[in-house]
Amino acid sequence: MNIYEQIAHNRRMTWLVVSLFVIFFLFIGAMFDMLYTGIPFFSVIALLTAGFSSFMSYRYGDKMVLASCGAHPLDLDDPAQRQWQNVVEEMSIAAGLPVPATFIIDEEDPNAFATGRGPGHSSIAVTRGLLARLNREEQQAVAGHEMSHIMNYDIRLMLIISSLVGAVALISDWANRSLFRSRRRSSSGSDSSYSIIILAIWLITAVLAPFVSRVLAMLVSRAREYLADASGARITRNPLALASALEKIEMAVKPTTSGNHGHAHLWIVDPRGSNMGMRQGRVADLFATHPPIELRIAALKKMAYEPSG
Amino acid sequence: MGDALAIVLGLICCLGLAIVGGIILMYNGLITLRGRAENAWSQIDVQLRRRYDLIPNLVETVKGIMKFEQDTFTRVIEARNKAVSVQGIADKAVQENILSGALRQLFALVENYPQLKSNENVARLQEELVSTENRIGFARQFYNDIATKFNIAIQSFPSNLIAGMFNFKTAELFEVSDEAQKQAPKVDLNLK
Repeated sequence: MNIYEQIAHNRRMTWLVVSLFVIFFLFIGAMFDMLYTGIPFFSVIALLTAGFSSFMSYRYGDKMVLASCGAHPLDLDDPAQRQWQNVVEEMSIAAGLPVPATFIIDEEDPNAFATGRGPGHSSIAVTRGLLARLNREEQQAVAGHEMSHIMNYDIRLMLIISSLVGAVALISDWANRSLFRSRRRSSSGSDSSYSIIILAIWLITAVLAPFVSRVLAMLVSRAREYLADASGARITRNPLALASALEKIEMAVKPTTSGNHGHAHLWIVDPRGSNMGMRQGRVADLFATHPPIELRIAALKKMAYEPSG
Repeated sequence: MGDALAIVLGLICCLGLAIVGGIILMYNGLITLRGRAENAWSQIDVQLRRRYDLIPNLVETVKGIMKFEQDTFTRVIEARNKAVSVQGIADKAVQENILSGALRQLFALVENYPQLKSNENVARLQEELVSTENRIGFARQFYNDIATKFNIAIQSFPSNLIAGMFNFKTAELFEVSDEAQKQAPKVDLNLK
């Protein structure tokens, strides 16, 4: 898959995810209408809510993600942060993209992620631990990896998915509460059996939705990490630096605590603890947002000994 | 008979349109590529200028302490001034490589002065220069990639016909030439 196909693919996927999200909302709204109103009142409200929250996640989702990680702008008087700013600018020259906004997260575990709408509206955040542990070349490799997520619009798709996953989670909480109420009511015998079935379908959807969207985020993000590793290495022309950066990040066993809020798939390595990456087997495979780090390192090392093409 | 003639004429018209359309597409493609190459070149230029501006600063900062390295300073400044004045991509590349070499030697010497290494100002300038070197390197890589793409486009069939018709010239690559590499000093093995 070349970069243009990848961009096209990401745009399609973004639309698909947004449409599914809107349809899901519409479905819930329509259920309400069938049960209570008979006119498309809740459907319209659901449609507006879905449209509005999709737009908000597209437009401001990156700020929300950054804020939820406690990311703040770099202090350029600090030599380490000055160097990181320089590294990011170098990599944006190498990729031929506008310079992304840079953020730092006060945390010891080395990790990084990129977010935004696409080149020109993008941000890269790193933890303090990453700057402390990685040398300049390895930092370049990480910046190159993030830059390729930006270049091929991975960040847009990931952002939409993670914001909408959040919205769906809210809905399912609400559904859980409604379940209680409807049970009380149906025991009093005021509901027809027809509406109970509809309600059950609706509830199953609402309960399954967060699970489905989580799996979606995983499926969508894992292949991307290999691609971003490869095209990041193409930007720096130094696959071994990324391999050793990943090794160092892997070595830090502590999980990235700011990365637990439903956007694990954004980070360069899984923030929920690096042993996730070591676990293999079907279930672990299904639930890991990232491919095992050894496989990524092996792929990079292989790349280093092949003629570039 | 008349029908057959009409069909043949129609086919010829279609063929003509397709050819003209193809020419337009290829021409525009070449123009786009050339524009991107020029743009990428200007990015190199920006970074080179950044380096020209930083060098006098660095020399001023370290001069006081590195009193016995006058030769190196002269070499750096001379290389810088020559690089500023030279025109043309190939010549520029040669001069810039000489300048990089001279700078590398200066940095190697700074390593010998502990009070410079611990100086915040020097460290900052050094980081800026290292970054600028990298920027130049990456801008060059980006430019060379696009220039190569452009060169392949104007040499391969059939776009080479268009390139010939409208007088497109191959883009010069900004390369580390053998000559420059010979002139670059061997880094400081015997200095330490």
